[in-house]
Parts: sequence; structure tokens; C-alpha cells
Amino acid sequence: MKILLTGNPNVGKSVLFNRLTGMDVISSNYPGTTIDYTKGYFNIQGERAELIDVPGIYSLEAASKAEETAVQMLKDGHVFINVIDATNLERGLNLTLQLIKQGKPLLVALNLFDETKHKGISIDVEKLEQVLGVPCIPTSALSGEGIKELVLKISDARVSDYVFDNSQRWNEIGKIISEVQKIKSKNHTFSEKLRDASIKPLTGIPLLVLVLLLTFTLIRFIGEGLISFVFEPFFEKGWSPAMLGLSELLGQSGLLHDLLIGKLVDGTIDYGQSFGLLTTGLFVPIGAVLPYVFAFYTVLAVLEDSGYLPRVAVMMDNLMHTAGLHGLAIIPMLLGFGCNVPGALATRVMETRKEKFISATLMSIAIPCMALQAMLFGILGPFGFKGLGIVFGTLIIVWFVIGLILKRIIKGTPPEIFLEIPPYRIPYFKGLVKKVWMRLRWFIKEAVPFVLLGVFIANLLYSTGIMQFIGRIASPVFDHLLGLPDDAAGALIIGFLRKDLAVGMLVPLNMTFQQLVVASVVLSMYFPCVATFAVLLKELGIRDMIKSTVIMVLSALITGSLINLLLTLSIS
Amino acid sequence: MKNILTINNLPVGQKGKIKTINGGYGLIQKLDALGIREGIEVARISTQWMKGPVIIRYGNSEVAIGHNMATKIVVEPV
Repeated sequence: MKILLTGNPNVGKSVLFNRLTGMDVISSNYPGTTIDYTKGYFNIQGERAELIDVPGIYSLEAASKAEETAVQMLKDGHVFINVIDATNLERGLNLTLQLIKQGKPLLVALNLFDETKHKGISIDVEKLEQVLGVPCIPTSALSGEGIKELVLKISDARVSDYVFDNSQRWNEIGKIISEVQKIKSKNHTFSEKLRDASIKPLTGIPLLVLVLLLTFTLIRFIGEGLISFVFEPFFEKGWSPAMLGLSELLGQSGLLHDLLIGKLVDGTIDYGQSFGLLTTGLFVPIGAVLPYVFAFYTVLAVLEDSGYLPRVAVMMDNLMHTAGLHGLAIIPMLLGFGCNVPGALATRVMETRKEKFISATLMSIAIPCMALQAMLFGILGPFGFKGLGIVFGTLIIVWFVIGLILKRIIKGTPPEIFLEIPPYRIPYFKGLVKKVWMRLRWFIKEAVPFVLLGVFIANLLYSTGIMQFIGRIASPVFDHLLGLPDDAAGALIIGFLRKDLAVGMLVPLNMTFQQLVVASVVLSMYFPCVATFAVLLKELGIRDMIKSTVIMVLSALITGSLINLLLTLSIS
Repeated sequence: MKNILTINNLPVGQKGKIKTINGGYGLIQKLDALGIREGIEVARISTQWMKGPVIIRYGNSEVAIGHNMATKIVVEPV
């Protein structure tokens, strides 16, 4: 049996899905978190049933591509669980009535039911059941209330015998509402005042600047704190002695020793230079990057679950229009700051091919992922604000310049923003922890193997002399245009796999400040990592991906050369 | 005749009843899916600077609408 969870965006389908299947899918407080369907299984009275979490839709007359696929999916469902936001019954019923016309067994979950009380809404559930002719169950997916009843009632799902004229749907809904719902009018609550203040430009924009500053400060504070108080001590005091012991055991030389431990610097492990699988290979993803990834996802989870992100999208709308996008493009960009892979997937929220292409290209070029940023903090941090300022400043300028150009040369006017703004919710602590943990687990599973592979390949290329050969070939470009040593070519090659490791490879090269800045900019821009590339290839198709890649490489070369030139001029 | 204006010109905080939507089938469908239709009462909460999105509230919903789209929604202040 195939059961579909369907309903408006942001009514809690994914939370309900997690509750029913025990699986983990990401949920947030903004419409469009679920961009792809997820399949799971659960038991109904001993029988295994398939449950599908379908992306949210407002209507069966789909307006966008993403909605179209969701509507298409409804065709093969056997039973619908229609999830409704009980605090927004009228709009939910609009979809319910359309689902009724599909003639399939249906039941309605009145989710967020606990919130109706605070809002002075009372719903006569029994009467609603009578009118619609299908089971209606009040639920609260977050707290788990009503979930058991919902599961028990699935077998009672039935085809509604409710007859109405589809063109008179809103009149019909009006009649139902007046029968089953009573609203006590309430005074303006604090939450409503906050809602208004945070979206009016005069108060909202200063608040946005404050939130962004606070976000950045918190990430640095948590990330740096974890590194200096937990991870560095662990690697220096715990892991190094163990590795030295292993080194001795392996006889301090030989193929296996060099592969696992790498070379010893002054008789000890140097995580920046040793370059063994168990030394640099583990230190980069775990010791240097993971703390920042944790910090980023913790802060992001709070922003996501509070419901602030759609407000950011609205306030950034004008800025995004300069690049031929609209405010919603802030979602892939923000996710990209964590990791470009989910960022690339989120470009699906963009309606047209033009917007999708622009947002994917701009994200790949100018949005450094947290892993890359963590390493940039590491190598440029010692120079103070100057180095990081130049690198991040350049990326911001590049974002706008390339955006402006792409907006001009690609045909088509972008659609306008049309976005539901959810109420603020206090993030649910357990939900936050779970979400951060899910993303960390994903990072460890996806990133660590790639870093290890990168270390392995780097060792292989160096010991066979291939890397030196490539360095010599690339020398004209590196030396004359970018002012980088030939050896930096190795970092760019490994950068295809992992950017964080690539930055790590710059450390032993003893480069000047200017060279480090140029290399950082080029590494950030020239190509997304291979994992992101694979996703984008699927999302954009091969032709657009080739175009996008050409833009990436060219813009990286041009920008890198310009920065090199400007820095040389400013010094002389 | 009562004064009629497009929703982006409705004073902030003022309520209006939607008289008509000057758009094609696509726009009307898009708005209708979120319950924005002729006859309902909406309030304008704010507009972002430089012809940015217009934010309206109706019932328990709050929606941001692109400026051009907003100029197609005609309301009568109530």
C-alpha cells in the first residue's frame, strides 16, 4: 500500500513523516524545505505500508515545475493523508476539496492543533468529519500528540461522498468554515508585533544586519572555541603521541609509513605538512573543519526553525534582482555557505531555467562552503582582517558582477517573489539537536572519505612525479598571471576533490601574503568540489553545466590575475 | 464612486477588499491557490524600499508579493 503525505507547504509534513517512519528528513519553518520526495516504511496493524513525503503544494493546478512533479506523484498513491495547518483551515481546505475530487481514500490530519488554542481558534472536529465524510484527526507532529490515533485511523480512510461544484470551491469552503470554526478575536500579541517590526524596512533592515553580524560572530566564536579548547588539544596531546608510536612500530619509513603517517617534521607530526592518511587526512576534516561545520549548522538550524529565513528572502529581494534572481535565491546561497551540495539541490526552488542557472553558477563561484572557509580562517587569520577582508570582499564583488552580466546575456525576465511568510516559532530543542546531528553525520560520511582519497591521490601524484610535471606545464599561467609557485598547481588539482584539503596543501609552500590571497580567491572560484559538480550536472544538464564551468574557470583566472596585479601595484 | 486603488498604494496597516485582479489566468490561479481572490479582505503590512515586495496579511496568512504583481491587485479601502 502506498500512502502519500500531502498538503500545503510548511504545515509539518516532514515532521509527521519522521514521526511515522522513524526516519530522518530535514524539516524547517519555511515553505519549500522538502524539495524532493522521501520514501519510508511503517507498520499499520502488522502490515507494511510505504509512506511518501511529497513536497508541499497549494493547489492541484500547479504553478511551478516543482509543484508539477508533486502533483504528478499524487497519481500513483493509494491513500492520501492530507496534512492541514489547523491555524489556517480555510486555505488547507482548498487543497482538501481538490483532493476529494481525485476520488481516492483520504484522511485529514489537522496538524499544529495545539497552536489553535493560543490563537483563539476552536474547530469542531466531529462536525468537520461529518461534512467532509472522511476521518479528521487533530495532531501535533512536534509533540507527538495524535500520531497514534492517526495511524489507527489510516485503515478508515475512505473516498469522500461530499458533492460540490469545483468552480464554487471558495463558497463551499466558506460554508464549511462558518459551520466548524469559531475565532475569538485577540488583541495584537507580542509575536505579531515582532512579525511586523521584522519585515518593515525601517526596523527590519537594521535587525537583518544585526542578525547577520551575530550569525557570523557566533560561528567564529563557537568554531574557534571548539578548535582551541577541544580539537587542537586532542590532536596535539592525544593523537600525536599515538601516531608517533605507530610511526616507530612501522620503522619510521617505508611505503606504508609514508602513506599512513606521512613525513615527520623535526621528528614529530606536523598536521599541516606530514600529509599521511591518519595525520593530515584526519586532521583537516575533523580537527580543522568539523568544529566550524558544527557551529554553522547550529546557528542555521535556529534561523531555519524560527521562521526568520523567509523574511531575509523578502528583504534581500531587491539585492537579488541585480543578479536576475529574486529573494528566494537566498536559500540556496545560505545553504551553500554550509556545503555547496545542499545549496545546489536547493536551486530547485527557482522557477525558471535562467534563475536556476544563475543561482547555481553564482553559488559555485562566490559562495565558499564552511569547510573551505574554516581553512581560509586558518591560513589567512594570522594576517588579521586584511587577508580575509580581501578574499571575502572579492567574492562579494564577483557575485554581483557575474550576476549582472548573466542577467543581461541570458534571455527572459525572472518571475517575481511570491512567498508565504510563516509565523515565528520558538525552535524546538530536540528538533534542533536532531537536525544538527543529521547534517554532521552527513558531513562525516561524505567529506571524510573524499579528504582521505585526496590525501592518497596527492601522495600518489607527488611520488610518481606527475604533480611536478603538471606544475611545469601550468607554470606560465601560474607564474605570470597569478604570481603563484608551480607547486600550487597540486592544490588546484586536489581542489577538484576537496577545497579544504587544497587550502591545507598551500601551507607547506611558504607562500607570501599576496600569493596566499590570490591562491585563496582562485581556489574558491575556479570549480565547485566534485560532489557539488555531480549534483549540478544532474540539476542543470550537461550543456548548461559546460557553460557554467567555462564561466567558473574564466572568472577565476581573470579575478586571480587582477588581484595579483592590484596587490603588486599597491605594494610597489 | 468609492476610491479604488492598487494594493501597493494602500496605506500601511489599512485594510482593503479585493475588487479585481488585473491579470491573466496564470496570475489569478497563482494567487487563488493561496486564497488571495476577489472579495476577501487584506491588510498591507509593509513594502520594501525601491519597489520591493509588498507584504499583505489576510486571515492567518502573511504573504510577500512582488511589486509588479501587487500593482495588478485592485482593492477598495474598508
